[in-house]
Amino acid sequence: MRINSFFYTIGQGFKNLGRNKWYTLASVATISACLFLFGIFYAIITNFEHVVKTAEEGVSVTVFFNEGTTEDQILAVKSDLENRTEVREIVYVSAEEAWQGFKDEYLGEYSDGFTENPLADSANLQIYLNDVSMQTALVTYAESISVVREVNRSEVTANTLSGLNKLIAYVSAGIIVILLLVSIFLISNTVTMGIQVRKDEINIMKYIGATDFFVRAPFVVEGILIGIIGSLIPLVIVYFVYKNAISYVASKFTMLSSLLNFLPVEIVYNKLVPISLAIGIGIGFFGSFTTVRKHLHV
Amino acid sequence: MERGYRRKRSNRQIPEDEVITLENVTKSYSTGAPALNGVTLHIKRGEFVFIVGDSGSGKSTLIKLLLRELVPTDGEITVLGYNLRRIKHSKIPKFRRNLGIVFQDFRLLKDRNVYENVAFAQRIVQTPSRDIKRNVPSILATVNLAGKYKNKINQLSGGEQQRVALARALVNKPAILLADEPTGNLDPNNSWEIMKLMEQINENGTTVIVVTHNREIVNAMKKRVITMKKGVIIEDEEEGMYIDED
Repeated sequence: MRINSFFYTIGQGFKNLGRNKWYTLASVATISACLFLFGIFYAIITNFEHVVKTAEEGVSVTVFFNEGTTEDQILAVKSDLENRTEVREIVYVSAEEAWQGFKDEYLGEYSDGFTENPLADSANLQIYLNDVSMQTALVTYAESISVVREVNRSEVTANTLSGLNKLIAYVSAGIIVILLLVSIFLISNTVTMGIQVRKDEINIMKYIGATDFFVRAPFVVEGILIGIIGSLIPLVIVYFVYKNAISYVASKFTMLSSLLNFLPVEIVYNKLVPISLAIGIGIGFFGSFTTVRKHLHV
Repeated sequence: MERGYRRKRSNRQIPEDEVITLENVTKSYSTGAPALNGVTLHIKRGEFVFIVGDSGSGKSTLIKLLLRELVPTDGEITVLGYNLRRIKHSKIPKFRRNLGIVFQDFRLLKDRNVYENVAFAQRIVQTPSRDIKRNVPSILATVNLAGKYKNKINQLSGGEQQRVALARALVNKPAILLADEPTGNLDPNNSWEIMKLMEQINENGTTVIVVTHNREIVNAMKKRVITMKKGVIIEDEEEGMYIDED
């Protein structure tokens, strides 16, 4: 293809946007509406996931040891457990630290009566997990270690969080699939309408001797441009809606805001921008590519 | 573009100056009688041919076969050395660049002006921009539209629109001009003007094939006339007449 023909087809893609104003408007509006819903949904899901993740990070398994277990033995168990995939972090709490913590929290000045450490055998390892669903495997392993006396865990919390995680994954996948199907249906209708208007143009091009590529290229460029515009508009809208919504919730519902730690808009947009652009461009590209193909056999 | 002598299934050698050859061509659709039934036809380079006949006689099917919009059910069609039964899909654009096409309903791009409509045909065959700037005004002058190159299509009369269509068909210097009812939507004056332009184009060496119902024009121009009826050629005469079969 000649370089001027290449630029011509690109240029025609841009010009087509203006030539078919109503079609462009309808397509952009359709993509924008779908991606706006997607953006809002994505922001909610991401925040929900963040809340669950934060809760998960606070869940720990505590391992206590038999009487007489030395610090070296405990540290050996620690380094052994640190090699396991379930483990994110292990904090060693010595008997002295445990007693100090207990005193600070519950006894205060009344602790002076104690001459010895009543929690002499309470040295423990606090284990934080990568994923709460892995808790059972880790606990089973820890309980099999000979010097381990007891393993404390919160099964209900772990199960609830693990269940929530799965629920989020299924609901997200379901809603995304429905949104994509609706988008594709709407876009293909809009593109079909647009192509119908320009069926004559495609026919003329084919009669004159245009190659399939030459016929298709301006429509595909146009589809991609519509996809880009259609994804940028909702990105801008969702940006302001999200920013205002989180500051509104933070100011109006102070109790909620201490529970729900909203993600900053920049974090949400790190992934939302490329995903929305990819969906918009993808829909624009495949919508125009496949619809034009139907009219190429002239 | 022509490829000299070719051996065909009928064992007939295609003479070098023959640009269109149909040998026993049949085109059937899924229902009804064949639209073309065993048609044999030879057209030489530089000829001016009218194809006439009533509705349903097979004229439009013939044009579609020559454009390779349709494939014959049986028989062989060779146009400018291209065997249209066997041509690959990827070669069809190159083949069509040898043809100029004019339709009854003009089929112009209404959102573009006169210049852009003609330049469009050159863009499609990837003519360099500097050549387009030279060729388009030249062809518009040939069809007497040099002064209207900036006009939008809806600002033109029917005759002018057909002249733009003619300019678009000719700008790529086709070996064959196919016109499907080119005067069907025009008044007598504009019809004559278009036919005179086609005659002029033919005198410059382009083979011209006109499908028409316009008896007055056919009978006045004294060209080869092929008359079709119910999918077969019933008459083929040099300087023929369009006679009402009924």
